Amino acid sequence: MSRPGLLVRMVLAYVLLLACTALFFGPVLFMLAGSVKPDALVLAEAGTLRAFVPGSASLENYGSVFERVPFASYMASSLIINGLIVGLGLVVNAFAGYALARLRWWGRNAVLALVLALLVIPFEAIAIPLFYQVSWLGWRDDHLVQAIPFVANPLAIYLFYSFFLGLPRELEEAARIDGAGVLRTFLTIVVPNSRAAFASVAIVTFLFHWGMYLWPLLMTTSEQVRPLPLGIATFHTLPPLAWGDILAFGVLMVLPVLVVFVVFQRWFVQGVAWAGVKG
Amino acid sequence: MSPWRRSEARIAWWLVAPALAGLGAFILLPFALAVALSFTSLRMGSPLPLEYVGWENYRLAFDEPGFRRGLANNVLFALVVVPVQTALGLALALLLDRRFHGRLLFRTLFFMPVVFPLSLVAVVWVLVFAPGPDGLLNAVLATLSLGAWEPRDFLNDPAWALPAIMVTSVWQGAGFQMVILLAGLQAIPRHLYEAAAVDGAGRMRRFLHVTLPGLRNPLIFVVIVTTILSFRVFDQVRIMTRGGPQDASTTVIHEVVRTAFDQGQVALGAAMSVVFFVIVLGITLLQRGLMRQRGEVQ
Repeated sequence: MSRPGLLVRMVLAYVLLLACTALFFGPVLFMLAGSVKPDALVLAEAGTLRAFVPGSASLENYGSVFERVPFASYMASSLIINGLIVGLGLVVNAFAGYALARLRWWGRNAVLALVLALLVIPFEAIAIPLFYQVSWLGWRDDHLVQAIPFVANPLAIYLFYSFFLGLPRELEEAARIDGAGVLRTFLTIVVPNSRAAFASVAIVTFLFHWGMYLWPLLMTTSEQVRPLPLGIATFHTLPPLAWGDILAFGVLMVLPVLVVFVVFQRWFVQGVAWAGVKG
Repeated sequence: MSPWRRSEARIAWWLVAPALAGLGAFILLPFALAVALSFTSLRMGSPLPLEYVGWENYRLAFDEPGFRRGLANNVLFALVVVPVQTALGLALALLLDRRFHGRLLFRTLFFMPVVFPLSLVAVVWVLVFAPGPDGLLNAVLATLSLGAWEPRDFLNDPAWALPAIMVTSVWQGAGFQMVILLAGLQAIPRHLYEAAAVDGAGRMRRFLHVTLPGLRNPLIFVVIVTTILSFRVFDQVRIMTRGGPQDASTTVIHEVVRTAFDQGQVALGAAMSVVFFVIVLGITLLQRGLMRQRGEVQ
C-alpha cells in the first residue's frame, strides 16, 4: 500500500475515534463540568462548547447535595446492600458451583438443569409476585430485603461452575491423597487458584447491582434504607430544580463504580467477554 | 457405596443448600406465584374474596390500551435499537481492533457509559434533552443546521419521547456490544486474513467472508441480549417520561409496575408479567436454536 494512502487512513481512523469519544465521553464530561458550576450556568452554557469546561470551578454544589438530601445515608445504604450481595454471593455461588463441577452426588444433574433453566427468567418477570410474597411476610423497607433475594444467582453459579471445570484436577487429587477433606481442598487449593473467577464475578455483580432501581422502588418507603438510584430519581424532581446539584449527586454516585471499574478493568472486561463467549 | 463417597454426597448437598434455598425462594417460588396469581382476582386491599377467573386477566391485559401500546413500543424499540446499537458496537470494535497509541484509553472511554447506573444516565439525558434553545441537544442541532433547527421539548412530545429513550439506551449500551465483539474479533485467527489476502480478496471481501462468519456467535449473542434488554426497559422510562406523554413512551414492564404496584391490580400485573416472560423465553429459545445450528455445521 502507498504511504499517502496509509496516512489518510490513519488520519481518518483518528477522526472517527475522536468523534466517538465526543459521543460517548461528551455527556460524562458535561456532567463533570456541570457539577462544579453555578446552577444558572449549567443550562445557559449547555448550548456552547463551554458546557464541557468547568470554568469557575467551585465545590458548592457538592456541599449543597449533602444539605438538601440525606446523601450519606443513600451512599451507606447502597454500600451495605451491595456489600451483602457481593460478599454472601461469592460464598454461596462458589460453593454451589464447586459441588456441581467436582463432587459426585445424587441429584447433581437435576440441580444443574435447574440453574440453567432459571437463567432464562428475567428479574422483571418476577418482581411483582416477589414484592407480594415478601410483603405478605411483613418483610419490607429494610436493607436485607434489598439484598438477600439477589445473593443466590444462577449466572454466578454457572460462571463458577464452568471455571472450576476448567481447573486441572491434579492439584485437588494431590491434596486429597494427603488426607484433606472436600471443604479443606476447596478452601486451600481451589479458591487460591481461582482468583480470576472470584474477581470477575465480584465486579460484575457489584456493577450490576449498584444501579438497581426497580426493586428498591417497590420495597422501600423510608429514606434511611433507600439506595443511591432512588435518591437521584427523587432528587432530580425536588424543587428548586438545581442542575448543578443534581450533576454533583451524579458524580458522587458514580465515583465508587468508576474506581472499581478503572482499577479492575481487566477483570471486568474479561468477565463480560467470558460471559459473552460462553453464553 | 464407600463411606467416603457417601460423605462426599452429604457435603455436596450442604454446599448447594444455601444457593438452592435462595433460588427456590426468590426465583422459582415467585415465578410459580406469577403464573398462579395471573388466574385469580387478586387486588391490593380489595375486600372481595380471591377467585379463580381463568384467562380473564390475559383478555383484560390485551384489551388495555396502555399494555398494547407498551408491547408495540417494545417491538419498535427492539427494531431500532438492536441494529443501531450492534452496528455502532461493531464499528467501535473494528476501530479498536488494531495496535495504536491510546487504544486502551479509547476502549475505556467508549465502555464507561456501560458502568453508569441507568437512573443516573436517565437524569443526565433529561438535561441533554432539555427544552428550549439552551437545551444541550437543541443547541447542538441548531449549530449543525446553521440555525434552521426549531428547539423542541423532546420528552414531552409524543413523536420524540420514545426516540429520546432509544438514544439514551444506545448511548449506555453500545460499549457492551463493543467489548464482546472486540473479544470475538481478536479470536479470529490472523492466518485466515492472510490466506484471503493471498487469494486476492480486498478489504470488503475479507470483511464479508472472514470477519463476519468469524463473529457469528458473538453477533448472535449480542443481538439476542440486546433484544431481551429492549423488552426489559423500565428505569429510563420511569425517570425520563413516566411512559408519557399519553403512553407514547410506555413499555411492557412500565405497564406491569403501573398496573400491579401503582394501581394495586396484582393479578392483572401478574398476567402481564407472564406475557413478558413468554416473549423473553421465545427470544432465548431462538438464540439456542441459532447457536446449535452452528454446532451441527462444524
